[in-house]
Amino acid sequence: MKKFSKVIAVVLALILAVCAFAGCNKDNDKEPASGENSSNKTAASNVDYSKVKFGLICLHDENSTYDNNFIQAIKEVQAELGLTNDQVLIKTNIGEDDSCYSAAAELVDAGCNVIFADSFGHESYILQAAKEFPDVQFCHATGTQSRLAKQANFHNAFASIYEGRYLAGVAAGMKLNEMIEQGKITADKAVMGYVGAFDYAEVVSGFTSFYLGAKSVCPSVTMKVTYTNSWFDIALEREAALSLIKSGCVLISQHADSEGAPKACEEKGVPNVAYNIDTSSMGPNTAIISSKINWAPYFKLVINAVAKGETFATDWIGDISTGSVELTKLNEKAAAAGTQAKIDEVKAKLESGEVKVFDTKTFTVDGKELTEYKADVDGDFKPDTNVVENGEFEESNDKFRSAPYFDIKYIDGISAK
Amino acid sequence: MSKEKKVREPMFHIAKRSAIEPWKAWIIRLISIAAALIVCALIIVVLTKENPVQVYASMFKGSFGSPRKIWILLQNIAILLCISLAVTPAFKMKFWNLGAEGQVLIGGLASMTCMFYLGDKMPNFILLLLMFAVSILSGVIWGLIPAYFKSKWNTNESLFTLMMNYIAMQLVSFFIMLWVPNGSNVMGLVNSTTQSGWIPDLFGKKYLFNILLVAVLTAVMYVYLKYSKHGYEISVVGESENTARYVGINVKKVIIRTMALSGAICGLAGFLLVSGTNHTISKNLVNGNGFTAIMVSWLAKFNPVVMIVTSFLIVFLQRGAGEIATTFRLNESVADILTGVIIFFIIGCEFFINYQIKRTSKHKEEK
Repeated sequence: MKKFSKVIAVVLALILAVCAFAGCNKDNDKEPASGENSSNKTAASNVDYSKVKFGLICLHDENSTYDNNFIQAIKEVQAELGLTNDQVLIKTNIGEDDSCYSAAAELVDAGCNVIFADSFGHESYILQAAKEFPDVQFCHATGTQSRLAKQANFHNAFASIYEGRYLAGVAAGMKLNEMIEQGKITADKAVMGYVGAFDYAEVVSGFTSFYLGAKSVCPSVTMKVTYTNSWFDIALEREAALSLIKSGCVLISQHADSEGAPKACEEKGVPNVAYNIDTSSMGPNTAIISSKINWAPYFKLVINAVAKGETFATDWIGDISTGSVELTKLNEKAAAAGTQAKIDEVKAKLESGEVKVFDTKTFTVDGKELTEYKADVDGDFKPDTNVVENGEFEESNDKFRSAPYFDIKYIDGISAK
Repeated sequence: MSKEKKVREPMFHIAKRSAIEPWKAWIIRLISIAAALIVCALIIVVLTKENPVQVYASMFKGSFGSPRKIWILLQNIAILLCISLAVTPAFKMKFWNLGAEGQVLIGGLASMTCMFYLGDKMPNFILLLLMFAVSILSGVIWGLIPAYFKSKWNTNESLFTLMMNYIAMQLVSFFIMLWVPNGSNVMGLVNSTTQSGWIPDLFGKKYLFNILLVAVLTAVMYVYLKYSKHGYEISVVGESENTARYVGINVKKVIIRTMALSGAICGLAGFLLVSGTNHTISKNLVNGNGFTAIMVSWLAKFNPVVMIVTSFLIVFLQRGAGEIATTFRLNESVADILTGVIIFFIIGCEFFINYQIKRTSKHKEEK
C-alpha cells in the first residue's frame, strides 16, 4: 500500500511537471518576446491575445505627468500580457478637436480593435468615431457621456481617486502637524496652497478630498486654490506655486500636469504633495507623496474582454480594491514621522467603509451641513440629480457615473486665492 | 609696399550670383535635401539606434499610408496654404503681419458664435453663408486695426499684430467659459446631432470643400499678385515706399487695402477650420499655423503656386513626425529635430543659389 501511494505520488509529480513544461512551451511559442513571469501569467489565464490591438490617444506626451501615467500603465500591461509593440500603438500630442477623431480613425485603419483616449475634451470626437466604427471598442477616461449615449461600443472609465487624494491629504496634514509641533508655524497658520488646472468638477473634487484628508488629522488647516486654465504649462504652474508660497502657504499640492509646481517647491523648501507620478526626483527634499490612478487594471480588463470577445462595463469605476487608486512610495526624507502608519490605518478604514471621504459631518458649506445637493450627472453643466444620501456626498458612485461631479466651490476652509 | 604684401587674402570668397539657371538651382536644392537626409540618418542612428531607411519609410507612410491619411494630408495642406496665401500680400508689401494666428482665430470665433446661437434657427445653407460673411468681416477688422495704426501713427506692425494674437486667444477662452461654464475650457463637437453650421461633405468626402476652395483661392491669388494693378502696387510698395509715392501710389491706401485682404483670407481660414474641419473652437485652433505660414510664404518667394509645394513639404514633415513617434515609440521631439534639420538645409541652400563661393584668383594677388 505504501509502495502504491509512492508510485501514485511520483506519477502525479511527473504529470504536474509535464503539464507545467507543456504550458511554458506552448506559451513561449506564442509569445517569444515576453518575459518568463508574463508567460506564466498568460498560461494561467489562458487567453489568446494575438487578435488584440490596442490604440492609446494622449493629449500630450511623456513630459506631462498625466499622460505619462497612462503611457507607463499600458507599457506595463503590454509587458505583462506579452503583447508586441505592434499590438499597442500610442499616439501623443493629439488635440481636443478633429485631430482626435482622425487619430482614432487612423488607429482603426491600422487594425486596432480597442481604442482609449485620455483627455476630457476628446470625448465627443471619440463618440463620433465610435458611431462610425461599431466593431471597435472605444474607451474614454474622465468622460461623462457613455451612460446617456447608448452606444454599445463606447465606454467611460475613472477611479475613485478622491480616496487617494484623501490619503495624500492625510500625509499633508501629518506634515502640518509636525511643523506646528516644531514651532515653525502656529496652528492658525496651517495654510495649504493648491494649483488647479481648470475650475471644474474633476479638479474641485480632487482638492476638496485632499483638503478633507488633511483636515482629518490637522483640524485647523485652511487652503487657498488658484487655477492656471491649462493642463500643462510649466511656467504658469511654477508661478502659481510661487505666488501661493509668497502669500503664506506652507504646503503645496497641485492638479496640473507639469513639473512646474514640485520644482518651485523644492527651490523654496516647501513640502509638496503631488498627483499622477512619483515626484521625489523633482523634489528630493520636499516631495512627500503622490496619489495616482493606476490604469493598468482597467487596461487589463479591457484587453481581456476584447481578447475573449466579451462585453465590458459601459462606465467603469476603479477603487483601492481593484488596485486603481494608489499612493506612490512615501518619501521619508520629506514626510513627517509616523505618516506611513497613519496612511495604512486610514486606508484600511476607507476600505472597510468606516471612514467616508465626503462624510457630510466632516465639512460645512456656508456654515451649514450639506443635506441635499443637485449635481450635474448627465454632463450638460446643469444640476440635475441629488447625490447626497446616507450622510455622504456619493462621489463617483456606481448609481450615477464614474467621472467626478463634486463641484461645490467652496466648502468652508477652502477659498480662491 | 611691404605692408600690402602682408595682407593675406583668404583662399575663398563669396560673390553674389547675377543669375542662375533654374536647373542649376534645382540641383543645388536636391543636393541639400540629400545632405539633410544623410545628417538626419546619422542623428537617427546615434540617438535612437533605429534603421534610418525604415524611419524614412514610416515618415512617408504617415502621409500616404492609407486613403484617409492622404485626405488628412490634403486637408492640412489646404489650411496651411490658405493662411499662407493670406499673409503673402502683406509680406510682399514688407508689412510684417505676425498676426495671422489671431486673425484666423477671430474668424473662427465669429463662425462659432453663429453656430452656437443660430444653430437651429435658420436653414443650414443660410447659416453657412452668414458664418462665411461674418468670419471674413471679423478677420478684416482684426487685420485693419494694426494697419490703421501703422498708416496713421506709424506704429510697429510686428509688435502690434503679435499682441493682437493674445487678445484673440483670451477672447476665445472667455467665450468658451461663457458657453461651457464648468468645463476644462473645451467645447467638444458643437451641434453634433443637427450638424447645423457644418460644411456638408462633398461627394461623401469630409474635407473636399476646404481643399477645392483653397485650390481656387490659390489660382486667384496668383493672378491677383502677378497680373492685377493691385498686385503691382503691392510689389512697388514692398520694394520702396518712396518710389511708390513718386509714381503716385497712395501708400496708405495700399497698406490698408492689402491688410484688409490679408485679414479676410485669414478669417476665411478660421471659417474653414471651425465649420469644415473641427466643429469646435479652442485657443489652439490655429495650432501655430499662423506662424508656419510665414515660412511657407517666404520659402516660396511669395509665389502662390510654389506655396503648394512648400506647404506640402511642411505638412508632410509634420505628419511624418507623428507617424515616427507612434511607430518607433520615440518622443515627437526626436521627429521635430529631424524636421528642423531638413528645414535648415532647405533654407540654407538658398544661400548657395544666391551666392557662389569662388576661389580667390592668383591674378588678384599679384595686383
